[in-house]
Amino acid sequence: MAGGADGHGAAVRLLIDHRTVYRYEGPASAIVQVLRLTPRPGDSQAILRWRVDVEADGAIKPFTDAHGNLAHMFYADAPLAELAIHVEGEVLTTDRAGIVGAGEELVPLGVYLRSTPLTTPDAALAAFARTIQHESPLSQAHMLMESIHRRMAFDPDVTHPATDAATAFRLGRGVCQDLSQVMVTAARLLGIPARYVSGHYAAPDHPEQEAAHAWAELHLPGLGWVAFDPTHGICAGEGHVRVAVGLDSLDAAPVRGTRRGGGAERLSVQVHGRAAPAAPPADGAEPDLFAGQEQQEQRQ
Amino acid sequence: MGAAFDEMFGHGGYPERVDPQAVRPAYAQVAAWLAASSQELLETRRRQAELFFRRIGITFAVYGDPDADERLIPFDIIPRIISAEEWAVVEEGLKQRVAALNAFCADVYGAREILRAGVLPEDLVFANPQFCLHQLGFRPAGGVWVHIAGIDLVRTGPGEFLVLEDNARTPSGVSYMLENREVMLRLVPELITGETDEGGVRPVETYPEQLYATLRSVAPPGCRGEPTVALLTPGLHNSAYYEHSFLADKMGVELVEGSDLFVHDDVLYMRTTAGPARVDVLYRRVDDAFLDPLVFRPDSLLGIPGLVRACHAGNLTLANAIGTGIADDKAIYSYMPEIVRFYTGRDPILPNVPTWRCREPEALAEVLDRLPELVVKEVDGSGGYGMLVGPHATAAEVEAFRAKLRADPAKFIAQPTLALSTCPTLTDAGIAPRHVDLRPFILTGAHGVTVIPGGLTRVAMREGSLVVNSSQGGGTKDTWVLGPGTDARASS
Repeated sequence: MAGGADGHGAAVRLLIDHRTVYRYEGPASAIVQVLRLTPRPGDSQAILRWRVDVEADGAIKPFTDAHGNLAHMFYADAPLAELAIHVEGEVLTTDRAGIVGAGEELVPLGVYLRSTPLTTPDAALAAFARTIQHESPLSQAHMLMESIHRRMAFDPDVTHPATDAATAFRLGRGVCQDLSQVMVTAARLLGIPARYVSGHYAAPDHPEQEAAHAWAELHLPGLGWVAFDPTHGICAGEGHVRVAVGLDSLDAAPVRGTRRGGGAERLSVQVHGRAAPAAPPADGAEPDLFAGQEQQEQRQ
Repeated sequence: MGAAFDEMFGHGGYPERVDPQAVRPAYAQVAAWLAASSQELLETRRRQAELFFRRIGITFAVYGDPDADERLIPFDIIPRIISAEEWAVVEEGLKQRVAALNAFCADVYGAREILRAGVLPEDLVFANPQFCLHQLGFRPAGGVWVHIAGIDLVRTGPGEFLVLEDNARTPSGVSYMLENREVMLRLVPELITGETDEGGVRPVETYPEQLYATLRSVAPPGCRGEPTVALLTPGLHNSAYYEHSFLADKMGVELVEGSDLFVHDDVLYMRTTAGPARVDVLYRRVDDAFLDPLVFRPDSLLGIPGLVRACHAGNLTLANAIGTGIADDKAIYSYMPEIVRFYTGRDPILPNVPTWRCREPEALAEVLDRLPELVVKEVDGSGGYGMLVGPHATAAEVEAFRAKLRADPAKFIAQPTLALSTCPTLTDAGIAPRHVDLRPFILTGAHGVTVIPGGLTRVAMREGSLVVNSSQGGGTKDTWVLGPGTDARASS
């Protein structure tokens, strides 16, 4: 809990190994992608090692996007039938009760009150948001997270990447993207600046969980940005690796791309998120705690 | 509303016959021509003009009109004339206004001093969809954001020009300014060919050259050698496609669509028969939202993936820059007098039209109270769509608009219904007054600001109408700015 008595836990070493493969029906040409796959170091995370591999020939140009995310442009040299992106790294995380800490803020706070097509409330979502009232914005934020966590069931089969917050809220179910976008939308309605976070999650006690994850950050008086994970109903802790932020899931998307042709796209994600002991094994070998499961059509 | 000021007759009213001695000096020569021409002759001239336009093929598609592709904008053969003295003030005012628009863009995407100074409310900028966060910290080549501006002016009295609207995104209409002049040169060359230093009509024909020079002056840092310029159009079905092809042709640059372009390695290329060719400066006539599907609307088929990166990497200049919509937003407009003062340290030479911001409760109350006499516009509307002209609306229309206003007041601004000046216009019933406005065009390059002497005069062809937009049945006139010596000629 943000500001809670249990405060800051011990550092945890997280190993992230994430391979996304796009397979096209036929060769896709003119592939251009924005990759937001590189975490910034911060108070709650030290990046020990990080590597992004695009397994195809092309030009890769690094840049910093509007929100300060470390991003890369990828321009494929030739048409491709398959494109694999491999992210692998090691992060030392600390539970700071969701408090993100001071970083360089490029975007004025007022911008994070703005709605986008994916975070435009309808009457039902607006009415729901208005029921969440508390004189303390921190308590209000917790109430909002817990309420969304209770009301919306995790269900990977009902929404898709372009589902907006209002639709997901109406369905009452969705994946972490949907719950986080609902939270961001509702918070803005309450006058709390809010943004969407994409990253990784590896729970020490549930190591088999999907590593690609999303949550929300709300800007609270006196605390700055605080990370709330409505999917798990907790503030971000030592299991969360924060990678990119944005106004919505499109803005913070780990991979946003365009292509010509190629027909339908099948996406598979191999995940090897895991928690490791804070100290590496003496022989330096990494115990392979779990093999990567291939999950067809998996969502982030 | 009292009788409007007339460009030719002042407040004198319309006589049975035009008396060249009783007109404002700048109009003396045209008045003599009108006095000497029968209605039949003028009708013939009008038909000739229409024939010229048909031959040129200039049309303007109107959204929602099934026959749009073939419509010709009505052209009136009686020019709108501005004396050298009047223009000198207008020109200074336009330079000042455009300097302020550019300074505002640089500031809101940079240091934000104007917001820290409290000149306008922060949320009006930050919550505004036109405020493009991708441009935060961006510095365009030469410091220029608004390379091409069209500032809509209205006139209410002899020396009273007011700014009705700023157009700092992709202003259109300049091709009409050029074609209107070309047609007039064919119709009445004897009225135009006088020496400009003896009060003759100042030329506008050099606009494409000046535009080209402006675009070349803002080549990006990554440009090697002579910059390559191209013009990006949304395509054949866009209402201003004719203008896009016209300007590309006059400048001698490629007219391209999104599918002709691609970005590789943060560099923009166009496909040519000789292979990819690097593009350094893109005069884009496509709205921000459709420029780059990786940054803006993901469903845009017009855009070029990576275009924004090419700009930010210093390999491409877009004219106008992305995000200039924050400067010409109608909600920002009402603060323009303060914005001009903040950046230029002087009072605006061209005042604003008084404007109520309906987002402010007291203003809204007054607007609702006086609705039948006001003009109400959507802050993000354009082209005369979605506006209410109170005095010309039915009671039912006013009430319908009242409901819209109450539902979302922040979406609207309101202005008094101005007595826009009239200009003599050839109608079926002879020469009659019709309301006009004026859109001058202002170019800003790395080396300074150029105001084209003239612009597009739009005329409401229906009697009494105040809506001059071509999408609402407005027509155009040639606009003559006279060279110095106007008065000498008038009195001779």
